Amino acid sequence: MADMKTPLAKVHGLGSAKDGTHHWMVQRMTALANIPLVIFMVVSFVGNAGKGHAEWVAWLKQPLVSVLVILFLANFVYHMRLGLQVVVEDYVHDKGTKIATMVLITFACVLIAALSIFSVLRIAFGG
Amino acid sequence: MAQVKRPLSPHLQVYRWGWHMAASIINRATGVALAFGSILLTWWLVAMATGHDYFDQVQGYAGSIIGRLVLFGITFALMQHLAGGIRHLFMDAGKLYELKANTSSARLTFVFSIVMTIVIWVAAYKVMGVM
Repeated sequence: MADMKTPLAKVHGLGSAKDGTHHWMVQRMTALANIPLVIFMVVSFVGNAGKGHAEWVAWLKQPLVSVLVILFLANFVYHMRLGLQVVVEDYVHDKGTKIATMVLITFACVLIAALSIFSVLRIAFGG
Repeated sequence: MAQVKRPLSPHLQVYRWGWHMAASIINRATGVALAFGSILLTWWLVAMATGHDYFDQVQGYAGSIIGRLVLFGITFALMQHLAGGIRHLFMDAGKLYELKANTSSARLTFVFSIVMTIVIWVAAYKVMGVM
């Protein structure tokens, strides 16, 4: 089929920038990594249900727990960022709104990761 | 340049509902719901790092009726997204495309999430010594 678009129009169409597969792959890889990490988090929440501050801190301070919680946070935020992007691409059709929404989502994801991971580190290294 | 206003995907209104469609949509809906849940998780971790008093306050919110309802919803969303996600990984590997397997696996994700949500909450209440 003949393509009447100019090369510039094609670029403006924001079609494949050759990273579609990467997005797809990373979303699946983070999904796969999320399976054991989510199980660990759920088991931990159930096991510590109803505990007070001191007990939660003692739990989180354990080196293996700190690392697993940080891995969970980093991994799920990445997965969330990729997933929300697909939702925005499907439902937000106005170009300006789409870009603004994605910028906002990206900033929010980075903020969530920074706040939560810093909190874990502060507890892990705190007195 | 005149543009024809064609319907853009996903145009759900033209499809008849089925288990596969419900599983697909709820996987996306629960994913978005969990994104809001991640804000609560962050709040909780920040509270823990802040100190004893503030953590107790946030734990109090979590333990209230509304807090428990929200956490129950998050539990279900997490389990449904987990099951739906695993089903999608099978589909990515080329499995579960036969109509029967596709429908029954879709239905299975709901069975899994409902059962697991109840199991998790019963287990948590048992740990707390309430049940």
